[in-house]
Amino acid sequence: MENRPASPPANVSRQDVAVEIIALNKWYGEFHVLRDINLTVARGERIVICGPSGGGKSTLLRCINRLEDWQTGRVIVDGIELTDDPKQILAVRRDVGMVFQQFNLFPHLTVLENCTLAPVWVRRMPKQDAEALAMKYLERVRIPDQAQKYPARLSGGQQQRVAIARALCMNPNIMLFDEPTSALDPEMVKEVLDTMVELASDGITMLVVSHEMGFARQVADRVIFMADGQIIEVNEPKDFFDRPQHERTKMFLQQILQ
Amino acid sequence: MTVQTDMPRLYLRSVWVPELPPQRTQRGPVSWLRHNLFSSPLNVALTIICVLFIAWVVPPLVRFFVIDAVWSGTDRQACLADAQHPTPGACFAFVRTWLSYFIYGFYPLGQRWRVNLFFLALAFGIVWLLRLSAPRRDIGAVYFFVVLPILSFVLLSGLPAIGLTSVPTSLWGGILVTIVVATVGMVVSLPFGILLALGRRSDMPVVKLCAVIFIETIRGIPLITVLFMASVMLPLFVPERFAPDKLLRALIGVALFASAYMAEVVRGGLVAVPRGQYEAARALGLTYWRMMALVILPQALRVTLPNIVNTFIGLFKDTTLVFVVGIFDLLRTIEAARADAKWATPTTSIAGYAFAAVFYFICCYGMSRYARGVEARLARAGRR
Repeated sequence: MENRPASPPANVSRQDVAVEIIALNKWYGEFHVLRDINLTVARGERIVICGPSGGGKSTLLRCINRLEDWQTGRVIVDGIELTDDPKQILAVRRDVGMVFQQFNLFPHLTVLENCTLAPVWVRRMPKQDAEALAMKYLERVRIPDQAQKYPARLSGGQQQRVAIARALCMNPNIMLFDEPTSALDPEMVKEVLDTMVELASDGITMLVVSHEMGFARQVADRVIFMADGQIIEVNEPKDFFDRPQHERTKMFLQQILQ
Repeated sequence: MTVQTDMPRLYLRSVWVPELPPQRTQRGPVSWLRHNLFSSPLNVALTIICVLFIAWVVPPLVRFFVIDAVWSGTDRQACLADAQHPTPGACFAFVRTWLSYFIYGFYPLGQRWRVNLFFLALAFGIVWLLRLSAPRRDIGAVYFFVVLPILSFVLLSGLPAIGLTSVPTSLWGGILVTIVVATVGMVVSLPFGILLALGRRSDMPVVKLCAVIFIETIRGIPLITVLFMASVMLPLFVPERFAPDKLLRALIGVALFASAYMAEVVRGGLVAVPRGQYEAARALGLTYWRMMALVILPQALRVTLPNIVNTFIGLFKDTTLVFVVGIFDLLRTIEAARADAKWATPTTSIAGYAFAAVFYFICCYGMSRYARGVEARLARAGRR
């Protein structure tokens, strides 16, 4: 058996696999950005990926909904293998919500329109239903009163919560968070993290690239440490933070916890 | 080294400063003049130079075009110098006499109501489409881009089956032709320009190559050359009786030319949309065309609206070039009319050209004002 460092607990059957990544390699030109990534994520698992910048965390996350392509290896999401086939790619994207560091709300649409766009145009949902759904999720992220505003009128924290609601409106099985709090002013980090903690308790599969160690301790089932395009260490949060094994992990944790 | 001061180390605010209205700056015309026109020696000098220049240029113009202008008369006698008018101004009587020719060209007298109806239908479409508060602008768009072209063609060209005698385009002229060429150029160039811009940014090499070759070829050729090629070279390849109508050939030439320019303008807008917008749209599962139509293009066109209008204004004025292939646009009809011996006076041509200038200015300034209005509205909405 080859070295598969990031397998889920052994008793997980195939139907319970949300994301499976096998021997993934990616190069940007000459730069080997992802090196032999093997990772299996069980349904409902909450995973936090951390590591130094330039280590390939975001790139790995973006492979899961094929915002990035790769040279060798396989990625299977919800039982659908991502190939060059646009149908497969769209099917996966419909199932996977994503939240970006820079929010990426659509500035020409109101908050409500941001949330109903994909349900209406991708899921072909009637407009009233989509709006009801959007209001439900906007209430969950606690900004229903901002529904008619344009994103530019909202604070960073509010915008990020709208972005979360927008992703949830597609009823995704898997949520990807790409450094969701890195672009926020310090006093707004908490409101976004609280929203994510609440989401985590719902049992949705989450993959979060983040340096928020408190969040990782609180909600993660496993923490993955990536550096130089490789998965260096995977462990449960308690052991990961208290008893890091690899030298690189120890060094990284020392630096960020100082 | 520590600085010795009497300041205590701790400071606590004890008096709360309430919110106050801003201080009023000096007002009134004198203060405005001092502030804006005479604020520095250079500014004083510039102000004086500008005032002198205006005093030098404006009064003679006003005298020539307004005070001394001749507004009525039946022939050249009215515009010639005589005892009563030693220095006659612009001969607008000539414009009045020839006005219907300037508007309709040789369009048959009895059929001119059709042209008027076309103008009306077009104006209605423009207002419906461009007034942001107008109801059901989606239907307005269908009207403008589908109903109006068909209606206009039937109206202007005629359809004997429903009792509209056909009027060959060689009889069209004046403002009618200018409006037709400009409108067709604009209406065709925007969608084609968008497609070309998308093609140029496409991942598909063949599509990209075709778009680049088309855009760069057309942009590298003067409009006059495109028009000559469309009207002279086309008949060489196609037998004369299958060759498209002369006006249609010019329309195709103008539309191709405008599309290439529009493509570059739209591309500029596409580049201005951040990459994150593309990624967010794709992450939501939108297909390429939906992403473009719903997320990217609305933003790109908004950013580039001033440039689009600028291109339209340029196009509107460029339509005068169709005269080189023998089409009687407004300027060409004026050229033809001023040769009329009955109206041969020193000021006839000037009056004719002034009329053309005013017409083009009103149209172009109108477009410019509209674009400014939309921009201001978008800025107020805080959408950017």
